[in-house]
Amino acid sequence: MQLNLIQIILVLIIAFLAGMEGILDQFHFHQPVIACTLIGLVTNNLMPCLILGGTLEMIALGWANIGAAVAPDAALASVASAIILVLGGQGRAGISSAIAIAVPLAVAGLLLTILVRTLATGIVHIMDAAAKEGNFKKIDFWQIVAICMQGLRIAIPAGLILIIGPKPVKEFLGLMPSWLTDGLSIGGGLVVAVGYAMVINMMASREVWPFFAIGFVLATIQDLTLIGLGAIGLSLALLYLALSNNNNGNSDDHGGGHANIGDPVGDIIDDY
Amino acid sequence: MVDKKIALTKKDRLAVWWRSNFLQGSWNYERMQNGGFAFSLIPALKKLYSKKEDRASALKRHLEFFNTHPYLASPVLGVTLALEEDKANGAPIDEVTIQGVKVGMMGPFAGIGDPVFWFTVKPIVGGLAASLAMAGNIMGPIIYFVVWNLIRIMFMWYTQELGYKAGSKITDNLSGNLLQNITKGASIMGMFILGSLVNRWVTVKFTPVVSNVKLDGKAYIHWDQLAHGAKGIQQALLQQKAGLSLTAHKVTTLQDNLDLLIPGLAGLLLTLFCMWLLKKKVSPIIIILGLFVVGVVLHVLHVM
Repeated sequence: MQLNLIQIILVLIIAFLAGMEGILDQFHFHQPVIACTLIGLVTNNLMPCLILGGTLEMIALGWANIGAAVAPDAALASVASAIILVLGGQGRAGISSAIAIAVPLAVAGLLLTILVRTLATGIVHIMDAAAKEGNFKKIDFWQIVAICMQGLRIAIPAGLILIIGPKPVKEFLGLMPSWLTDGLSIGGGLVVAVGYAMVINMMASREVWPFFAIGFVLATIQDLTLIGLGAIGLSLALLYLALSNNNNGNSDDHGGGHANIGDPVGDIIDDY
Repeated sequence: MVDKKIALTKKDRLAVWWRSNFLQGSWNYERMQNGGFAFSLIPALKKLYSKKEDRASALKRHLEFFNTHPYLASPVLGVTLALEEDKANGAPIDEVTIQGVKVGMMGPFAGIGDPVFWFTVKPIVGGLAASLAMAGNIMGPIIYFVVWNLIRIMFMWYTQELGYKAGSKITDNLSGNLLQNITKGASIMGMFILGSLVNRWVTVKFTPVVSNVKLDGKAYIHWDQLAHGAKGIQQALLQQKAGLSLTAHKVTTLQDNLDLLIPGLAGLLLTLFCMWLLKKKVSPIIIILGLFVVGVVLHVLHVM
């Protein structure tokens, strides 16, 4: 099926939105059930694309960006498979083969995500320079550039598929070696350490290192959730403060502050 | 009570909330959500600070590392708004306090956001929408879009407001050493959480097999001697519960051995190594690219 110019432009805009949302994770334009349906809507293929979106959504329900890890790329999977379905012109009959290509595309999309997230590292360095000048406008500008980069991450591959057709896509995916994709996702697990190293360098002092050690050791107990760990951390901090203040004599008593700090949580709830 | 000469209005806070929808736009491997955090705060910082040096140092402190669940960043933004407001009005709040509060909150909050939004709300709303869509019902995507965004938008605005109110309370009482205590408490909490996060989120897994021992005849399940059908399955499960191995060989990987020392040790060593490199002024970008190369090479060599 041939698309006219307006349809192609609309598809690219949807791809751009999906790419943005793939990283923002807010309005959820990148979710298959929405992205596929929108592409179906503008290309006059609503029904098959809606069903494709629903089917892909079922597969993608558990995909989530957690911590620094990136989930398989729902944005590329839904946009590309919907375009392939529309171009194939088989209607509902083409859904299962479109899905077959969507899942490897989702994994391939990870590579693009890793690439863009690495490029964004350069962008925050430009932001650092802008911060030195106290230049708000420049930071706004580069944040928008970064978001657009995420949009292009999906819009460019979508444009390519529109130009070259679905066949070469399948062949290209066959070429991508698994050692590269697997290796890069292992690398993704390692680079998280850099961010933590920077904060620790900033916060560490002789006094607080033991708490780092306690946190590290307690985290090996897999049954403890992060909320649980947060509660332990908070309690330790309160205990430490209470004990060290007792040792210094009651120097914190002037000013009648106790009324205010007696039950801070209760106060907040009461006032809200 | 600080005499507030410059106060943030609801309009300012709404502007911050709107921008926080684009928090993850410049997500990067070095400092993650830092660009988005600074970007979100700009409407407030613009109002609070007029001198160039003040603006520069405010931007600099919010371009430090930050990462949490994108929706749970809102309460952190709220508290930060309150702290910045007081700082701009002359309260003695230093950078370590603000950083400590941010770091101390981000870990546990991510721990709330992931299970609540990604593993509860999304599967429920998404599953409902998907099943409608698969049946060809156009309400599927519409319901998903409306319900998801309604929940999300309300949550982000109200938790940001809650954080803002709680944050003002912290600094209302400047007599005594409450503020000093919060600074210290925040860095204790922050370091504790960082310790846990390094353990949980830095993933290093070594795959080489160090030993492959044939087990004693009584230590594993003899699959060929089980009864047929469901009865055999029952026997196998009972035997496994009794501690019998599923296979005739016990395979130990290097990772199993390292885990006997303490799980996550390799990730910790990697983090300490990165800290050392950073102190030697090695650029974080080089470290990041290097780690990707290391990941691919070690995978090809079958070490990871």
